Amino acid sequence: MGPILIPIIIIVVVVLFIAVWFFGMYNGLVRARIGSETAWSDIDVQLKRRHDLIPNLVETVKGYAAHEKDTLENVIKARNSAVSADGVGATGQAEGMLSSALGKLFALSESYPDLKANQNFLQLQEELTSTENKIGFSRTNYNRMTANYNEKLQTVPTNIVAGMFNFENRDLFEVESAEEREPTQVKF
Amino acid sequence: MAKSEPIAEPSNPAVHEEREPLKGFPDNLTYTDLIARNKRNSALIVLIMFLLITFFGASIGAILAAWGGSSQQTGDGGYESTGLQLGTVVMGLIAGGVIGVFVAILATLWSWFSGSNAILRMTGAKQIQKSDDPQLFNVVEELSIAAGIPMPGVYLISDPGMNAFATGRDPAHGVVAITTGLRSNLNRDELAGVMAHEISHIRHYDIRLGMLMATLAGIIIFAADAGTRMAFYGALFGGGGRGNRNSGGGGANPLAILIVVLAVIFAILAPICAVMVRFAMSRQREYLADAGAVELTRYPQGLVGALKKLGAQRQPLRHVGQSTAPLFIVNPLKKAVRGGRHDVSTAFSTHPPLTDRIARIQALEP
Repeated sequence: MGPILIPIIIIVVVVLFIAVWFFGMYNGLVRARIGSETAWSDIDVQLKRRHDLIPNLVETVKGYAAHEKDTLENVIKARNSAVSADGVGATGQAEGMLSSALGKLFALSESYPDLKANQNFLQLQEELTSTENKIGFSRTNYNRMTANYNEKLQTVPTNIVAGMFNFENRDLFEVESAEEREPTQVKF
Repeated sequence: MAKSEPIAEPSNPAVHEEREPLKGFPDNLTYTDLIARNKRNSALIVLIMFLLITFFGASIGAILAAWGGSSQQTGDGGYESTGLQLGTVVMGLIAGGVIGVFVAILATLWSWFSGSNAILRMTGAKQIQKSDDPQLFNVVEELSIAAGIPMPGVYLISDPGMNAFATGRDPAHGVVAITTGLRSNLNRDELAGVMAHEISHIRHYDIRLGMLMATLAGIIIFAADAGTRMAFYGALFGGGGRGNRNSGGGGANPLAILIVVLAVIFAILAPICAVMVRFAMSRQREYLADAGAVELTRYPQGLVGALKKLGAQRQPLRHVGQSTAPLFIVNPLKKAVRGGRHDVSTAFSTHPPLTDRIARIQALEP
């Protein structure tokens, strides 16, 4: 029994080691994918936040600049299309239009000193600026998480495990329209 | 009026401006490169610190062995001097070294898990909610999204001096703090730059690293201090007495003497080296945090603007000691602010010179 036992023990240990390493890689892949999926829904959270802030903003501006009807209506229309947009491409486009409509609204508020002094308006402006930034940052974060996941999918040795369990590449968030190519820090 | 000077040629916008390469900072460095390189350098510095402790332990061991081992008890109760033996000294070296490594590992584990709330208490920082300062809260929240870390606690320090710091052993327990003096002097972009710098410290685990270095350095300094006292009192009371009792003695092994002399020199220099190593690490991580801030905000002018404002101030911070100074964005101590110049740093500076930091930030490609 003696001389055979040692090689058997060694083989068992090596197999255990490989198994543990294998499980580690699989779990790493799952974690990376969940990270990417969570980051995607985080973008949605910020987009919805922006949608919710807009009605209040429109009401506040109406109180001071009621005759700027066109600009205000554009914002409302853009917001409604963004809320109802479906799919990555359509959402991206609608949100881009909403960003530029908001930009025009804030630019116009420069000519209304009473509006600019209004506390409510200032708070909304800060919240919307912040939300725009958060949308941008959550997109960057999504891309980072997704790039990390895709990298695991393609590099040795995790690509072996990935192939075995049919992990699929995830799309990065691409900027669709020219309007969307704005700097992350939006200054209204 | 005749023009005496030729009109200057407008610079071709398509040509990338040739900038003077900064020392140790090649052009076209990306953030991933920078972060990877800094992690390597930091690992190296921690290794140096560990080696420092090991050799320091070995030195103490050698010295103690030489002190105690140069005489042996003889059968009749008296002492006989056997001279300084190589074997004793080497044993001392090894034993001391092993104990040194052991202590270093213990210290690492201790500092890994210890909390970081002392500095919050010391500076009187108060946690704020979103309603207290929505803009500050929003900025921190935005940047934590950009960094992919949970939102750190936000604290405000009532102090006219301008400064900020970050603490917390890992991103899940992060804390950022800013003085009222600084908060009221920055616009949104500059505030974002400062907060991005602090969040980068959290993200890079700089606080944990800093505590580790402080603990290790502290051990060397403490042991050197204790060792000096022991040697002093030992010389006064112990060695002389024992020496008198022996009857003749063996000579001392010259190699053993050499080892002991080197050990003494090393033991004297070790504390100074430990401090220098610790501060070199601190300066290194400050540069890295600046780079991380630019990576987060993609707007270097924000942080540059804030650093310029910080450079113009002359007010030191209250309630700050030597040990906590490295955690702040600029050196908060009186000496550095009043008499010290912002364009030089020595081996004993916790922060790199501001002008250098600004230049490096501007050289990074956003």
